[in-house]
Amino acid sequence: MEKVKVEHLTKIFGGHNKQVRSMIEAGKSKAEILKATGSTVGVSDISFDVQSGEIFVIMGLSGSGKSTLIRMINRLIEPTAGKIAIDGEDLTQLDKKQLREVRRHKMSMVFQQFALFPQRTILDNAAYGLEIQGVGKEERYAKANKALDRVGLNGYADQYPDQLSGGMQQRVGLARALANDADILLMDEAFSALDPLNRKDMQDELLELQADLHKTIIFISHDLNEALRIGNRIMIMRDGRLVQIGTPEEILTAPANDYVERFIEDVDRTKVITVGSVMIRPYTVNVDTDGPRLALRRMRDNEVSTLFVINNRRELVGFIEARDTVKLIEDDHDRSVRSIKSIVNPDVKTTTVDTPINSIIDEISSISAPLGVLDDQQRLIGVVIRGAVLAAIAGD
Amino acid sequence: MAIYRVGDGMDLVLESQSPTVLAIGAGTGRTGLIWNLDYWQDMTRTLSLVLTSSVIALVIGIPLGILMAKSNVAQTIIQPILDFMQTMPAFVYLIPAVAFFGIGTVPGVISSLIFAMPPVVRMTNLGIRQVPSDLIEAADSYGSTSWQKLVKVQLPLARKTIMSGVNQTLMLALSMVVTASMIGAMGLGTDVYFAVGRNEAGSGFTAGLAVVIIAIILDRITQLVNKPEH
Repeated sequence: MEKVKVEHLTKIFGGHNKQVRSMIEAGKSKAEILKATGSTVGVSDISFDVQSGEIFVIMGLSGSGKSTLIRMINRLIEPTAGKIAIDGEDLTQLDKKQLREVRRHKMSMVFQQFALFPQRTILDNAAYGLEIQGVGKEERYAKANKALDRVGLNGYADQYPDQLSGGMQQRVGLARALANDADILLMDEAFSALDPLNRKDMQDELLELQADLHKTIIFISHDLNEALRIGNRIMIMRDGRLVQIGTPEEILTAPANDYVERFIEDVDRTKVITVGSVMIRPYTVNVDTDGPRLALRRMRDNEVSTLFVINNRRELVGFIEARDTVKLIEDDHDRSVRSIKSIVNPDVKTTTVDTPINSIIDEISSISAPLGVLDDQQRLIGVVIRGAVLAAIAGD
Repeated sequence: MAIYRVGDGMDLVLESQSPTVLAIGAGTGRTGLIWNLDYWQDMTRTLSLVLTSSVIALVIGIPLGILMAKSNVAQTIIQPILDFMQTMPAFVYLIPAVAFFGIGTVPGVISSLIFAMPPVVRMTNLGIRQVPSDLIEAADSYGSTSWQKLVKVQLPLARKTIMSGVNQTLMLALSMVVTASMIGAMGLGTDVYFAVGRNEAGSGFTAGLAVVIIAIILDRITQLVNKPEH
């Protein structure tokens, strides 16, 4: 079901509307229009619709008009032309009072810099939307507390915003939006001001909440990774124009033009993810102390076919394979062999912790043995196996 | 004359109290000194002049500042008027005040009022305009009416700036005391004025000292209101 329908939405800053619109229709660029008329085109002729229960991500770099666009959806910025329909009701036709009702009951907004009221407690912040609707104290506090519970902030109700960390403040922002129980959430770069770990947590939490609440979410972001992670559909904007709308899969596999392609290239996971984040604990055997029977047993216990061989100083010596070990034990009729030295294969490929995984892809796909990860003293600290690299590229 | 009655009423209240009432929270030593110097009655007149003109200045000034903050047109109109009010030598206000209200406390209040009002108007305007735009957007996006936005968001956040405007207004009203005494607004200013005319440095200073003490007390009281909440 269509929840939000935007048709030919345009915003021109600085007047000369008629002239600018005819120039837009003639396909002139933002820079040309600015030069000719002195007006800036914020958003030019954008149409899209958002389905009920969908997370719709609007993506673009700064200056692409995405913030202007989301502010036109609740008319914080008045559109120059076009229509915005919510549940079929055209917002641009509403008077002040009707608009206020829509803002109170149909949509809530979450802001990039949180926009919490510093003089109000967390509870009063979360209850703000209800308070201005005239909801009684008891009822609004009950609802606000429930919303704070949802975002994991129970117990902070009496604190003030400046006593909370950024991530927690944005949870309050989210709780304030949820307390209103509006169907539509407008999230303007809601997680952009958070550090990467917090951002990922909040994204996860938003997805969990969404699984529960089925809101219609319009999410602004400049981060394609974020868009790919949380978006059901993504709209890419550039210079106020719509470049492509599609599912994450469609955007990745069939980029509409060079611009989108460059975007996708920029977030190539293999360039960002390092060996350190995909390596696992190595299974090792000590060449100075351990014999073949212990090695074989360790392979069986851990269900692996190769073991890395280290010496007493934990330096990497090579690796041994299961079939060589078995053969060594079978040939050893009088049980006299105590060492695995004879079967160690010294030809082992290694890498370091902060190598991006794109530079080891060739190596890892050509050899069957895992890749050893060494620190700067040549000690073995981990291994990289093919499966983990592929999983990282796929984005798990 | 309403203003006159307000001023007179306050006079009565203050004159009927013992110094200890005013001394509560303001430091007994200081007001005690005024009592000792035999300036108590003059001080009450001065204080009533200052408070009357300040209160009227605030009652007019704060709403005017809000209007300025809410409307750019109002700002463009009021701004030059404030500049005019502040730069015009204060003596000049005495002339029309006397012409309309004669000699006495009332024209003193009127001229002090004109002289003291600009800071609170300016600071109210500034304080409201300085509220971060994303907080205004937040208030709007949740469907606040203009009044709700003012009362729940803008005024609380502008409070500190407005209070420093209030403080300035009080101080300016106090600084008009001597000037106003020239048109018969009785009080400490009169003592200073006469001391100048008779070349009596001693009594001039003691009366001036009494003004300073009132200034300090008023300043500390307004700053007390301005301390952080949490």
